[in-house]
Amino acid sequence: MYEFDWSSIPGALPYLWIGMVMTLKITVVAIIAGIVWGTLLALMRMSPIKVLSWFGAGYVNLFRSIPLVMVLLWFFLIVPSLLVSLFDIPRSYDTRLISAMVAFSLFEAAYYSEIIRAGIRSVSKGQMGAANALGMSYAQAMRLIILPQAFRNMVPLLLTQGIILFQDTSLVYVSSLADFFGTAYLVGSRDGRLVELLLFSGAVYFIISFSASQLVKHFQKRTSL
Amino acid sequence: MNYHWNWAIFLTETPSGSTTYMGWMLSGLEVTLALSLSAWIIALLVGGLMGVLRTVPNRWLSGIATVYVEIFRNTPLLVQLFIWYFVLPELLPTAMGDAIKSLNPFLQQFLAAMVCLALFTGARVCEQVRSGINSLAVGQKSAGLALGLTLPQTYRYVILPMAIRIILPPLTSEFLNIFKNSAVASTIGLLELAAQGRQLVDYTAQPYESFIAVTVMFMVINTVVMILMHKVEARVRVPGGGH
Repeated sequence: MYEFDWSSIPGALPYLWIGMVMTLKITVVAIIAGIVWGTLLALMRMSPIKVLSWFGAGYVNLFRSIPLVMVLLWFFLIVPSLLVSLFDIPRSYDTRLISAMVAFSLFEAAYYSEIIRAGIRSVSKGQMGAANALGMSYAQAMRLIILPQAFRNMVPLLLTQGIILFQDTSLVYVSSLADFFGTAYLVGSRDGRLVELLLFSGAVYFIISFSASQLVKHFQKRTSL
Repeated sequence: MNYHWNWAIFLTETPSGSTTYMGWMLSGLEVTLALSLSAWIIALLVGGLMGVLRTVPNRWLSGIATVYVEIFRNTPLLVQLFIWYFVLPELLPTAMGDAIKSLNPFLQQFLAAMVCLALFTGARVCEQVRSGINSLAVGQKSAGLALGLTLPQTYRYVILPMAIRIILPPLTSEFLNIFKNSAVASTIGLLELAAQGRQLVDYTAQPYESFIAVTVMFMVINTVVMILMHKVEARVRVPGGGH
């Protein structure tokens, strides 16, 4: 039978913490940028202007039909060299963290946009009619009447998507960026204690995601109209 | 930018000489499809069973299903994959672990990825089965029981035939998720489509063509499955059910 030896974890905690900070940084940036860009995409998709709605639909369908791993590989292997050759960026510059943030933001925006579109459609049509009757423009009605109600309805879904995103950031492993999982993997292989470190990292992800999803459930019960 | 495009690269022979680069990509696609299909079928079985258990009026049975769902939904797919691949063979009794480690590497990677994707997706299937069953009017179950059917009979003849038609569309869309998630298996070295894409970049020095080709392959399969899905969905819709 396998004999566990957890002794390499306490010494590695400072590194794991640095990794967790990186994981959280990517998660938070991607959630915020993803929601902002996702909202714009949803508005484009619902816009009466054909070009905009085609762009919105095309973008969302494109990103939803390719694997996240593929998107990350594009952003780690192809896009940096493209940027280097287009603009004069020194080759030594480490673009991986920025690449990761951009890749996750663009990818998640497609998923957020679908949640937001459903949220906007869940607000009854009469609301837009009432706003127009009061003399509001389309933009004013969206900003002051429709979006605030829509967001209230979709907060739980947006947060749940955020939890999924938090777990998905572990895939930056493909660029060997030292996020929480990457650090755990590195420490594990360095000390020959991969079993313990992998189980430990799984437990940490579980505790964070599980508590967060329980909070979302609790929150959902309190705010439901 | 002076990039030399060369789409003919896919028809060139690989260094090993036995096939072309196109052949590599197609073999990657084959692995991806075999992996997704096998994992999807297991996911449906596991998820279906667990989903039914979650709705059964027995604390222990529904508890087991709840624990399964929470564990598999709250840890990253990558962590799960690494645990199946690196950790499990160590934790099994030595003889079994050694037996796994003496399998050929491709089989080891394939099996780990298959089990991982199946149980990961099974947890999501479970939730869909549960919500499908819960969406049926309570009266259906009561009517079954009132007619003198036992609980298993009620499930078999009344609840499940209805529930299956309601949850079939989301279940087929789980195939698309498995198909996309299967690219994660490239991290343990399984030569599926995404991994072949990386390998092509290294061998051909034509990164754009390689990545565009692989990405397009993913998109094409995705679109084909989606079209098939809509057809199936239209056929099984419960008449007048409004779902």
